Amino acid sequence: MLSYIWLGMVAVSFVCALCGNHMEQLSKAVLDGADKAVELVISMAGVMSLWTGIMKIADRGGLTAIISKLLSPILSKLMPDYDSDSAAMKAVSANITANILGLGNAATPFGIAAMKEMQKTNKNVSSPNNSMIIFVIINTASIQLIPTTIAALRQAAGSTMPYSILPYIWITSVLTLISGIVIAKLFNVSST
Amino acid sequence: MIVFTVIFGAFKKVDLFGAFTEGARDGINALISVAPSLIGLIVGVSMLEASGFFEILTQLLQPVCDCIGIPAEVLPLGLMRPVTGSGSFAILNSIMQRYGADSIIGKTASVMAGSTETTFYAITVYFGAVGLKNTRCTIPSALLADILGMFFAVYSVRLFG
Repeated sequence: MLSYIWLGMVAVSFVCALCGNHMEQLSKAVLDGADKAVELVISMAGVMSLWTGIMKIADRGGLTAIISKLLSPILSKLMPDYDSDSAAMKAVSANITANILGLGNAATPFGIAAMKEMQKTNKNVSSPNNSMIIFVIINTASIQLIPTTIAALRQAAGSTMPYSILPYIWITSVLTLISGIVIAKLFNVSST
Repeated sequence: MIVFTVIFGAFKKVDLFGAFTEGARDGINALISVAPSLIGLIVGVSMLEASGFFEILTQLLQPVCDCIGIPAEVLPLGLMRPVTGSGSFAILNSIMQRYGADSIIGKTASVMAGSTETTFYAITVYFGAVGLKNTRCTIPSALLADILGMFFAVYSVRLFG
């Protein structure tokens, strides 16, 4: 997939540069781009690791347990095919909590474990049940306390208030998540 | 937030510095693991920039965007976001370099990039993990939600920013 996108970028920019007579800028942009990218990665490293470090402290201090307790009634409403103390729901809640704290590396294994547990008791082996769909939709939206990558990028781009957009991100991601769930429910209602 | 977390951790008798360095190491590792694709895609985006492609695209999209109320400058980001994380960060970076991180366009782009995940990646990973090819209504629901999310991002910044 990415190979095609990349090929597309290179081909499109070549054609555009040819038409607009920007060939010299284009060859300069290749080298500059690589330089800029490395600078960007380095300037992001500080903010990124600061927040992942802080979130690890929160995780160790038991914030993970508190968040999953708060989430459990909502999650069992959304995924009624599974008991709230089943292995599947435990993995679901661990995945979502890790996402909220921005521990992305920890979230994916929990999510895969959750899908495997859910599939075990899925009545139709070749097609996901409604709870599995809702779970994946929750994972396509991003509910994150501190969007570290965005904050780091904004800081690197010279923002004076890299965190000022946090409330908008929270509102937007919650609204997006709710619409995803509602749309999926509507699809399911019409298909049954 | 940082002070609160550190005090909370001390109260819960967490090995503060040990936990911090371990988490920070995770952060650095995550950044290093995306760095190669980020470098490749930033080169791609800066080529598109130099070629004048974004100006052409923005002009082409302007009438449609005016109609639906989305700034044309952020539309490429919206198209890229569900497909690739690194690619959309590369575009977000170029938007903020051009228009300023604290401008309305820079803020809108940040909210768009931060409020959703790489939809296709999540669907592939999670359904792939259990070998399901049939995903029923997942893709249309998630993509419709992403489109609505673009509007939410634009309007949350326009109303309160």
